[in-house]
Amino acid sequence: MSENNSKVKISCIVNGDPAVVEAYPMSRLLDVLREELRLTGTKEGCGEGECGACAVLLDGELVNSCLVPVLQAEGAKMTTIEGVASGEELHAVQQAFVAAGGAQCGICTPGMVLAAVSLLEHNPQPNEADIRHALAGNLCRCTGYMKIFESVLLACREGREGA
Amino acid sequence: MRAFVPAYELRAPPTLSATLELLGSEPGAWRAFAGGTDLMVLFEAGKLAHRKYLSIRHLPELQGIEVTPAHVTLGALTTYTEIQRHETLRQEFPNLRAAARETGGVAIQNRGTLGGNVANASPAADTPPALIVYDAQLELISAAGGSRWLAYSEFHTGYKQTLMRPDELLGRIRLPRRDESWRHYYRKVGTRKAQAISKTCLAGAVLVAGGRVREIRLAVGSVAPTVVRCLQTEAVLRGRQLNATVIHDARESLAREIAPIDDVRSTASYRLRVSQNLLEEMLTEFSA
Ligand SMILES: Cc1cc2nc3c(=O)[nH]c(=O)nc-3n(C[C@H](O)[C@H](O)[C@H](O)COP(=O)(O)OP(=O)(O)OC[C@H]3O[C@@H](n4cnc5c(N)ncnc54)[C@H](O)[C@@H]3O)c2cc1C
Ligand code: FES
Ligand code: FES
Repeated sequence: MSENNSKVKISCIVNGDPAVVEAYPMSRLLDVLREELRLTGTKEGCGEGECGACAVLLDGELVNSCLVPVLQAEGAKMTTIEGVASGEELHAVQQAFVAAGGAQCGICTPGMVLAAVSLLEHNPQPNEADIRHALAGNLCRCTGYMKIFESVLLACREGREGA
Repeated sequence: MRAFVPAYELRAPPTLSATLELLGSEPGAWRAFAGGTDLMVLFEAGKLAHRKYLSIRHLPELQGIEVTPAHVTLGALTTYTEIQRHETLRQEFPNLRAAARETGGVAIQNRGTLGGNVANASPAADTPPALIVYDAQLELISAAGGSRWLAYSEFHTGYKQTLMRPDELLGRIRLPRRDESWRHYYRKVGTRKAQAISKTCLAGAVLVAGGRVREIRLAVGSVAPTVVRCLQTEAVLRGRQLNATVIHDARESLAREIAPIDDVRSTASYRLRVSQNLLEEMLTEFSA
């Protein structure tokens, strides 16, 4: 019944490195990242845009990669959780998650970290309401959220002191 | 069950005219694909029946927000994030800003578009009540017909039905600018604050002078097969002094004008009662 369409070549920049993949245009960016590029730090939770576990930065904006067909990533610059640290040095947000116990099982953590990184890029001095708004699209089944919230608060504070 | 990916076609024609040509060449064969926040959810659930799409996200003619003395005009691809960042919208069209801020979470707001929300024609969509109370006009564009404008209030004709033809795209959404003395009310009620689909959502724009309603627009989502503009309740309120009797009359009128149902998200009686309470909250706020 179903006719097969052909794959297309997609060129993009992932974590600073050029990448070329062949994929069906409707393939989810999430699957291409995990299965073609082997960047398995990006997680799948719900597969329907609700949980944020699959979040990446696409041209500087937080998106849920389960909702992005790979064709729309042509020419884009992406950051996945693998690209957040600089070499061995963790990003301030990652350090804060470690220090404040923001991760338990870790499934939501890549998305939480990217949501927080994205918040701080757009708004270096968020208030508590801004933090809650920024994380509202990310679900966690373990922590009860407070430790995540405190991790982001800590990252903001460290950021201010470091500045 | 998940969709069979190779069965789907998605192309990105380089220009708007090439896109419109394809849409017009075989009307109905191709459909638009904007931010994908509605389409990809169906796709992943194996419920996306149509198979051929044209990505329009890269088309500059459908992007951007333009401000002129008479109007603010938004490209169909304007995202919820862009709406929130725009100063004129923030000041003059706060209901639209509120709708954008309460849609999904940040990742959805970065991706979902105003045009997609309108074209998707869900009765539970959150920007249409705001658009209706701002007398929004929609531009539909096609290879055959060029551009035509119509009032949003006529556009949505039935459950998931609109006046957009299969060869057309939604191009722009235009909001007439108003006197700054209009008051604005927008409130969405869902299961939780973020990521929740509305149980009911009420928007109002009211011009009050000396406690009397001079002009009013009222719209409610999730309480009928389409988002409804409440013309009868507007008529009950227009010209009246805001007091307890008038507010009571308006509540009664609203009950006759909307037709909520029981579904997975809520019940008819809850939706009716809460919609009436929102109306009362708005009128009480404006009578002070
Ligand atoms: C987690 C989550 C939360 C959400 N929360 C909300 C919410 O709170 N409130 C709400 O209202 N919605 C919500 N949505 C639904 C969705 O995000 C919005 O309806 C969004 O505005 C759709 O825009 P899009 O560009 O992503 O549409 P797409 O998925 O690309 O398209 C939707 C439909 O519109 C058509 N279309 C799109 N653009 C055009 C155009 N320019 N011309 C003609 N046809 C077009 C497409 O063919 C398709 O039928 C949510 C979705 C998710 C996944
Ligand atoms: S897996 Fe993408 S939002 Fe849940
Ligand atoms: S740490 Fe387990 S889901 Fe958040």
